[in-house]
Amino acid sequence: MKLIKSILIGAALTGTVSVAAAQEQFIPILSYRVGPYAAGGSGFFGGSIDYMNLVNANGGINGVKLKWEECETEYNASRGVECYERLKSNSGGASLVEPLATGIAYGILDRVATDKIPMTTLGYGRSDAANGKVFPYVFPLITSYWNQAAAMVAYLGSKEGGVDKLKGKKIVHLYHDSAFGKEPLPVLEAQSQQYGFELIKIPVAHPGNEQQSQWLQIRQAKPDYVILWGWGVMNAVAIKTAQRNGFPREKMLGVWWAGSEEDTIPAGDAAKGYTTMTFNTPGNYPVLDEIRKKVYDAGKGNLDDKARVGSVYHMRGVTAGILWVEAIRKAQEKYGKGKVMTGEQVRWGFENLNIDEARQKQLGAAGMFPPVKTSCEDHEGSGAVKVQQWSGTKWVPITPNWVVGDKALTRKLLEESSNKYATEKNIKAACMNG
Amino acid sequence: MFYREAGQFKPTYQADSQIFPIRQDRIGIMLLLAIAFLAVPLVATPYMFSAILIPFLIFSLAALGLNILTGYAGQLSLGTAAFMAVGAFAAYNFMLRIPGIPVLLAFVLGGLCAALVGVAFGLPSLRIRGFYLAAATLATQFFVVWCLTKIQWFTNYSSSGVITAQKITILGYNFDTPGSKYVLTLAIVCVMALMLRNMVRTNVGRSWMAVRDMDVAAEVIGFRLMRTKLLAFAVSSFYCGVAGALYAYAYLGTVEPEAYSLDLSFRILFMIIIGGVGSIIGAFFGAAFIVLLPILLNIIAHALQLPTSVASNLELMVFGALIIFFLIVEPHGLARLWQIAKEKLRLWPFPH
Repeated sequence: MKLIKSILIGAALTGTVSVAAAQEQFIPILSYRVGPYAAGGSGFFGGSIDYMNLVNANGGINGVKLKWEECETEYNASRGVECYERLKSNSGGASLVEPLATGIAYGILDRVATDKIPMTTLGYGRSDAANGKVFPYVFPLITSYWNQAAAMVAYLGSKEGGVDKLKGKKIVHLYHDSAFGKEPLPVLEAQSQQYGFELIKIPVAHPGNEQQSQWLQIRQAKPDYVILWGWGVMNAVAIKTAQRNGFPREKMLGVWWAGSEEDTIPAGDAAKGYTTMTFNTPGNYPVLDEIRKKVYDAGKGNLDDKARVGSVYHMRGVTAGILWVEAIRKAQEKYGKGKVMTGEQVRWGFENLNIDEARQKQLGAAGMFPPVKTSCEDHEGSGAVKVQQWSGTKWVPITPNWVVGDKALTRKLLEESSNKYATEKNIKAACMNG
Repeated sequence: MFYREAGQFKPTYQADSQIFPIRQDRIGIMLLLAIAFLAVPLVATPYMFSAILIPFLIFSLAALGLNILTGYAGQLSLGTAAFMAVGAFAAYNFMLRIPGIPVLLAFVLGGLCAALVGVAFGLPSLRIRGFYLAAATLATQFFVVWCLTKIQWFTNYSSSGVITAQKITILGYNFDTPGSKYVLTLAIVCVMALMLRNMVRTNVGRSWMAVRDMDVAAEVIGFRLMRTKLLAFAVSSFYCGVAGALYAYAYLGTVEPEAYSLDLSFRILFMIIIGGVGSIIGAFFGAAFIVLLPILLNIIAHALQLPTSVASNLELMVFGALIIFFLIVEPHGLARLWQIAKEKLRLWPFPH
C-alpha cells in the first residue's frame, strides 16, 4: 500500500498547492504531443499557445495577461478527464477548455455544465451541441460535422452544375468506423433522399492501415465521388490505395481532419489533386507574420519546427486562440474591462461573439476563417467551409467563397437530436441570460 | 518483529480458516478500510475523487476480473474491455427500458449479461489454450465493439453512438457528487474483492487453480473441465461487466463504444502482469501502477518546469523503463514484492 499512499500524498500536495490568483486569465490546455495523433495535437495546441503568447506580448486583453498550463492527455478519455479535473480550479479557475478529442469532450460534457466552464469543440462532435438551450456550456464553433456534410453535398452539386444534377449519381462515404465517422450519416442519408443520389456506406476499421477490400468494393461500384471521412494514418493509406486502384484523387473529398500536410506528404505524389473540406483558408496572413516575428524570433515559439507555422493544424490552433481571446474580450465589454473573467462570464462572451470581416482584418486574419456570429440558438456561429486542393507541395483553396450547405435541414436534425438529449437527461431547454 | 505470529493460537477451525489468519493483517485491513471509508471522504479534494480514486478503484475491479480468468484459471484473454462494454451498455439499457429499476440491480444485470457473453466466447477455451485462446478472445473485443456501433438499439439510436449514463439514485439518495460516487464505487469494489477472496479459497477457486496448473491432471482427479473453465469465464466477465458499468456511471458519465477499445484490454492485462498474476492485492497494485504512475510522472514533470513536448515523451520513457525494471527485479509482479517484504518483516531484525 506504500506505493499507493505515496502517490496519493504526492497528488494531494500538488493538487492543493495552487498559486494565489494573480491578474491573469487562466486557460487549461489539454494537449497531446505523443501517440498516434501527436501531429494534430502538437500543431493545434502549438498554434493556440503561439497566439496566446502573441496576445501577451502585445499587452494582454485590456491589460489582462493570459496564463495557461498544459497537461498531456495522450488522446485518452480517461487521462483527459484527469487533466481537466486537475487543472479546472488552478490559478483562480479555468475560463474555457478545448480538448480536441471527441472521447474527452464526451467525458467532460456533463462536467463543464456543473463547473460552469465553457468548452469549445472546433469542428468536431457533438454537432447538436450547437443548441445553446440544451448545451449552454458547449460551443462547437465555426462549423460542425453536420454542416460540413451538408456543405459537401452542396459543393459536389455545384461541381455537377446544381444539386438537382446529383440525381442518379453514386457517392461513397468511406468512413472511420467510430462515432466520428458515423456522425454525418443522418445528413448524408437525408440528402440522398432529397436529391436522389445513391449513398454507399463503406466503413474502415480503426486505425485503417489496410483498405484493399474497401477500395475493391469502390472500384466495382464505380462511384462518381468518394467522401473520405478519415483520421490519422487512415487518410494517407486511402489516398495511396486510391492511386493504386486508379481512382482519380480529384474525385475524393476529405473531411477537414483528412486535410493537413501530415495526411498528404506521407502519401507522396499520390495526393496531388486530392481535395478536402477546411474551415481555414490556406495561405499567409499578417497575424502569422506577427507570430513569426514577435513569438518565434523572441524564442518563445511552441513548435520545434518554425516551418510548421501556417500549416493546417497550426492555423486551426491560431483560429481557436483568436476565438478564445475574442470571447474573453467580449465578456470584458459587458463585465468590466481589464478584469479577469470567470467561466460563466466567458460563456456569455462565447454566446455573443461577432467576428465579422472588419474585425478579422483588425486582427490580421481577414478571410482566414469564416465570420463567426453566435447566439443562444446557434453556438456554432457560422457553418461555412471551404474546399482546398493539394497541389503536390501545398494546399490551395479552390472555392473562392465560403460554402454553406442546407442549413434548414441540419437545424431540423439538430433540434430533434438535442431535444432527445434534453428529455433523456431531464434538462429544461432554455436560454441562459446574463 | 512487526509481523511475528508468535502467540497467535487458533483453537477452532473457524479461526484457522478465516480470511486473514494473522492478526497484523486483520488490523491492517481494518485500518485501511477505515481510512478509505471514513478519512478519505473527509479530506480528499474533488479532483482526487473524480480523477484518481474512482478510476483507480474501477480499474482495480476490472483487473480483479481478468485475474480470475488469467491469474486463477490460467485462460489468457484479451477481451476484458469488451466485457466491460457489455456491462456498461447492458446497465444503460436496463435503466432506460425498465423505468424505476434500482441502479444496483441494473449493475448486477449488466454484469450478468457480460457473464453470458463471457460464457459464449469462453467456449473455444475448451479446445484451445494459451496464446491461441488469447487470439480467439480478440474476437470478443472486435465483435462486441462492432455490435455496439452497428446495432443502434444498444445506444438508443443516438446519432454518434454515444450513451449518456443516467443519474445514480439509491433509496432516494442522489449520488451526484464526486465524494458520494467514490464511496459507492469503494463499497462495490470492497464487497466484490472480499467475495473473490473467499471464492478462491473454496473448491471453486481450487478447481480453477488446478485447471491452471495442469488441466489434464485436473480432469484426471475429477474436475469437470468444461464447467470449471466456463465458470471462470462467467465470474470473470461478471466482474468486468460491473467494472464497465461503474466506468460509465461513476466515472465518465457519457461513453462511446470506442472507449472500450483493445487498448483498454491491454492496459488491464498489463495491470495484472505488473501487479501480480493470481493475487488479489496484485490487481490493486497493478491498477495503481498503470493508472496512477503516469499521472504522478506528469505532475513531477510539471513541477520540474520541463517543456511540455519533452515532458510528454519523457513521461512515456520513464514509465516504460519502470515497467521493464519491475519485471526484471520481480517477474511475479508487485504482489510478490509485497509478499517478500512481509516475510522479511516476519524475521526482522534477524534474517537467516
